Amino acid sequence: MDRLSVTPVLQVTGLTKVFGAREADALRLASEGLGRDEIQRRTGATLAVHDVSFSVERGELFVIMGLSGSGKSTLVRLLNRLIEPSAGTVEVDGRDLRGLDDDQLRQVRNEKMSMVFQHFALLPHRSVRENAAYALKIRGAGAAEQRERADWALRTVGLLERAEARPDELSGGMRQRVGLARALAADSEVLLMDEPFSALDPLIRRDMQDLLERLQSELHKTIVFITHDLNEAMRLGDRILMLKDGRTVQLGTGPEIISAPADDYVADFTSDVDRTRVLTAGDLMREPRMTAHLGDPAADVLRALGAAEANGVYVLDDAGRVVGVARDDLLARALQEGRTTLDHRSVVAEHAGTTADRPVVEFVHLLGRHPVPLGVVDDDGRLLGVVPRAAVLDALSAVPVRGGVR
Amino acid sequence: MIPHVPIGRWVADAIDWLLATVPWLFDAISEVMSTVVNRLTDVLAAPAPVVWVVILAVIALLVRGPWLALYAVAAFLLVVSLELWVETMQTLALVLVAALIAAAIGIPVGILAARHRAVSIAVRPVLDFMQTTPVFVYLIPAVFFFGVGVVPGVVATILFAIPPGVRLTELGIRQVDREVVEAAQAFGARPGQILREVQLPLALPSIMAGVNQVIMLALSMVVTAGLLGAAGLGAVVVRAVTQLDVAAGVEGGLAVVLLAIYLDRLTASFGQRTALSRVLGTRRRGRAAPAEEDTPSSGQPVEEPALSTR
Repeated sequence: MDRLSVTPVLQVTGLTKVFGAREADALRLASEGLGRDEIQRRTGATLAVHDVSFSVERGELFVIMGLSGSGKSTLVRLLNRLIEPSAGTVEVDGRDLRGLDDDQLRQVRNEKMSMVFQHFALLPHRSVRENAAYALKIRGAGAAEQRERADWALRTVGLLERAEARPDELSGGMRQRVGLARALAADSEVLLMDEPFSALDPLIRRDMQDLLERLQSELHKTIVFITHDLNEAMRLGDRILMLKDGRTVQLGTGPEIISAPADDYVADFTSDVDRTRVLTAGDLMREPRMTAHLGDPAADVLRALGAAEANGVYVLDDAGRVVGVARDDLLARALQEGRTTLDHRSVVAEHAGTTADRPVVEFVHLLGRHPVPLGVVDDDGRLLGVVPRAAVLDALSAVPVRGGVR
Repeated sequence: MIPHVPIGRWVADAIDWLLATVPWLFDAISEVMSTVVNRLTDVLAAPAPVVWVVILAVIALLVRGPWLALYAVAAFLLVVSLELWVETMQTLALVLVAALIAAAIGIPVGILAARHRAVSIAVRPVLDFMQTTPVFVYLIPAVFFFGVGVVPGVVATILFAIPPGVRLTELGIRQVDREVVEAAQAFGARPGQILREVQLPLALPSIMAGVNQVIMLALSMVVTAGLLGAAGLGAVVVRAVTQLDVAAGVEGGLAVVLLAIYLDRLTASFGQRTALSRVLGTRRRGRAAPAEEDTPSSGQPVEEPALSTR
């Protein structure tokens, strides 16, 4: 599961924002561990974000999840310094944004980080194409380049045929496609998406999530995605940062958060999540109790099956690839017929497999139909582990353990 | 007892000082303004009235539509029949010059006020002062500075007409969707670019409402200007008042109203899409359309990965 670690594209350390006049006092109180309400009462200042640290790897879709007032919109604006941080650092490709002057900062915003907004924020007096080309126009690109990049981006989001339209002639979903095209046309490494789909109807939202997943699988952008919808977070996010009252509550993958929510706040959220779409075969898999290989003594295999109270066992070749399943009754017949080693004739194809990244909903129908549990295999057919039906039922029905990891 | 604070004395002294120190400045302003107003009056009043009636009707047709064009023809022919054509054109010249200068001062100040809180706070009481001080109070120094005639009338009109220009410009820019401005910042636009390409275009309806108010207030000052000796409909009304001539007063007043309605309806449509801009817009698009077909970008992009579209 771990990525190879290079320099993270985005490195955020101790990021803090206080709104209000008595910033220094509020920072001191915050570092003493006082809550947002108490700081507000004592200083009149609002602690919007406090001591948030995380890093985002190249190509990762990182979700920041929180309810309104959790500071997530402030946090995303601290990342491109639309809001000036009170403390902490943001490094983009190892470069500290605080050290930049206005021109350099504008250049970073224009070329390195593009933003997608909740209410689209398109220029109503410009055509869709002009909106898509906006970053390039600011950059001073020539008309031909502007047009080429904008048209590429519009085609990518499936909106090229509306390039001449004005934003107000489009539906909400289409407008956000323009917002997305504007960010893509800039060709920046990082996309900051501030609740991009929250203002859309559920069906359109689903479409847009599909679109984003498809784009991400093709373009591999580094994305910071803000949302208040945990299902959306679970669906899209490689990792999720749970934010509450401006502080990090939990940081982990979707399955990690579901299986071990850090506190009641997170647990409340996770109770609404459709686990069958979040938990994957890889999350639920375990070591097989036993495996057999071609050439093993059949009597030993049959004895081991008895001890394990199982009806069948995966048979692997020398490379660990699944050859098939040895069934107990077939083994017994082989012994009666005098065949003492496990050979191809004792092996049947009564098994089903999946890859580790598929969610439960996609393999649940395969469970419990064979003498062996569902196998989890890699791309070469090597057996990584098994998912017993009971493990799935257990995970779906489990009351989450509170105060677990982290 | 609270001693008398001689504010009036101080202002009078300041005016005396200005007159003694920079008399050439006021002479120059006076000279330029009277020249501009007179030249414009000549242009408006020189040809046969029917020429300008047609032109005004065509402008109405392009900017607003056939109904205002019809109105323009009827209203201005009525003015001609009242034998007030020349006076009406003199007044129109005065209003146009005053409104132009008022807008040229008011809109930039409004932009500054929208961008800097300090300017906004400093400007607000000045605007209150300009709008609520009885007009006759600043007529007195205006006469001192510029003598009698058309110039003090124009100056007084400008002072009176500036505030709505400032206020509606500031309001319009402040009301521009914050997220759109934020988007421009997020894509690295400079403050000047944001102003030109985002804030001003989106604030245009409000700014144009301000221009409309500037013109209407300027028109409401013509009688006052007439009092100072500016030729035009104001002079007609003032003469009627001094001679207690009801008939002349009604006719002069009616001409002011007819001109006011025309200018109001014309400028009220500035901020919206006008007949003219619709015509220009279609023509622009018509020109753009054929160009589309011969650019390579409408085919497959060259170096980008070919992506499926839904």
